[in-house]
Amino acid sequence: MAIPILKQGPWLIASIQSALSDSEILALRDDLADMVGRLRARGIVIDVGGVDVIDSFVARSLRTIAMTTRLRGAETVIVGIQPDVAVAMVQFQLDLEPLHTALDLEEGLEVLKSQTNGAPDHGR
Amino acid sequence: MDTDGQAVADVAAQAPEVDTTLLRDLVGHLREKRPDLRQEWASRITDAQLLRVMRPDEIFSEVTAVYDNYVDALETGSVEALQAYARDLSERIVRRGVETHEVLGIVLLLRDVLARALFVRHQGDPELLNRVLDVYEPAANRIAATVGVSFVEERERVIREQQAAIRELSTPVLQVRDRLLILPIIGVLDSQRARQLTEQLLHAIRENRAKVVVIDITGVATIDLTVANNLVQTVKACSLMGASAIITGLSSGIAQTLVDLGVDLSTMQTVGDLQGGLEEGERLLGYRVSEVVSPAADGAA
Amino acid sequence: MDDDVLVTIETDVDLVRARAEARAVAERLGFSRMDGTLIATAVSELGRNIVVHVGAGEIVVRPARQDDRCGVIVIARDSGPGIQDVEAALRDGYATGNGLGLGLPGARRIMDEFEIESGNGSGTTVKAVKWRMRDELERLRDRR
Repeated sequence: MAIPILKQGPWLIASIQSALSDSEILALRDDLADMVGRLRARGIVIDVGGVDVIDSFVARSLRTIAMTTRLRGAETVIVGIQPDVAVAMVQFQLDLEPLHTALDLEEGLEVLKSQTNGAPDHGR
Repeated sequence: MDTDGQAVADVAAQAPEVDTTLLRDLVGHLREKRPDLRQEWASRITDAQLLRVMRPDEIFSEVTAVYDNYVDALETGSVEALQAYARDLSERIVRRGVETHEVLGIVLLLRDVLARALFVRHQGDPELLNRVLDVYEPAANRIAATVGVSFVEERERVIREQQAAIRELSTPVLQVRDRLLILPIIGVLDSQRARQLTEQLLHAIRENRAKVVVIDITGVATIDLTVANNLVQTVKACSLMGASAIITGLSSGIAQTLVDLGVDLSTMQTVGDLQGGLEEGERLLGYRVSEVVSPAADGAA
Repeated sequence: MDDDVLVTIETDVDLVRARAEARAVAERLGFSRMDGTLIATAVSELGRNIVVHVGAGEIVVRPARQDDRCGVIVIARDSGPGIQDVEAALRDGYATGNGLGLGLPGARRIMDEFEIESGNGSGTTVKAVKWRMRDELERLRDRR
């Protein structure tokens, strides 16, 4: 089952609601790479609030997503990491550098706005 | 506690061969005499100044229930129902300040009241009295031990709960400004407490949508490697949840310990004192605000 | 309720199940949610090694109940070629040819006991345990 990706202005929002299998995250990577290009998205928020475990593979995949989409001009923010998942990641020495992380969708969009210099309205 | 537990188990295991006719007769008599004996027991409780925290009507209703459960336990030889009742009773009275010696006291008084009633009944026949007491005594002792242990266990459980609540209260995460939390840590920091604090802090970040957290360790005298690592990990975990952590109150002693332990202090944002930390936190939060609001460019300044 | 749970590991979807089973066992044994996630993460790493490097294996999650403690025992087994250099694999920063580290150092760090047997032509077996101490009150309750 593919992870739904919504478009909100220049942003793409992917929300992962349940336990994630490897192939699902790889599919997400491909879908995002495709959509960033087609839709000229300037930023991506990946909400991992529903993810039960972020292990080395997931961390690496998220970094890969960020790096490949950056090549196409989009910044990525990961939001919604749960307290117990954060603790596990740190204990496993997994970090998401150089990815941005924020608390939730709202915060994530704020980060994207400030990263991409101000208002999303680029009709000028 | 271990030896007590074993002693109870031993007494409980001694379900003796019971003269059933005698037992039935004994139980029947105690039920028949219930109003008198219950009253006598209640008077003895008051005379001995037990259960003073309870009102007379409360004592009466508990006394009735205990009496009935007691006689039932004598009859069936099973203490399960009695245990369940004892736990239930204990849960109610522990929080009101009833103490262990009071609970044991009233159970032993009941045992005596019933024993005397049997003595009175059979005083003309010493041989029969002996046989009745042979049936009564082991069962009565078993009951006393059961009630006592149930009460003690329940009391310990309540104390544990209260301790946990106190621990939670004594390490509060405070919200002092919008999006800004302080976690003041006081006292001895062992690894269990450190883990607990981390959990509380991260949950607080989520609840309060905090962007900055000030962890003040002014009140911590020393830390060891495990706790130092925990501190570093906590800072990283906060970051994963989108919050910056500022450590304040780092004494030179602890700073030296951290360096000696190989902790990379450059990975942590530290400020001398709590006040300074709060100001830095506000600056971090305010900084974002001023970025959006352009400085007045109308030449009014 | 206290039996082993065995999850056959062949695809990434099996890892999702292995994580869930491990978490469930941890929960039944009274571990905190935080510890449950740690254990599930370790299971995920160990299981993924099997999927990526061998293709088939199994993970056993075994509850352990003792008087003063209880624990989750995780056993990850496969019949693959084995790890050439176990020592190196246990060092942080290790990576095999396809860029995937073996996730072992992290698992070893968070579990209380950790053993690997590998090579000698009999595949690889990793056994890891996380313990939780039971306090006096919990033990007393058991004796009732």
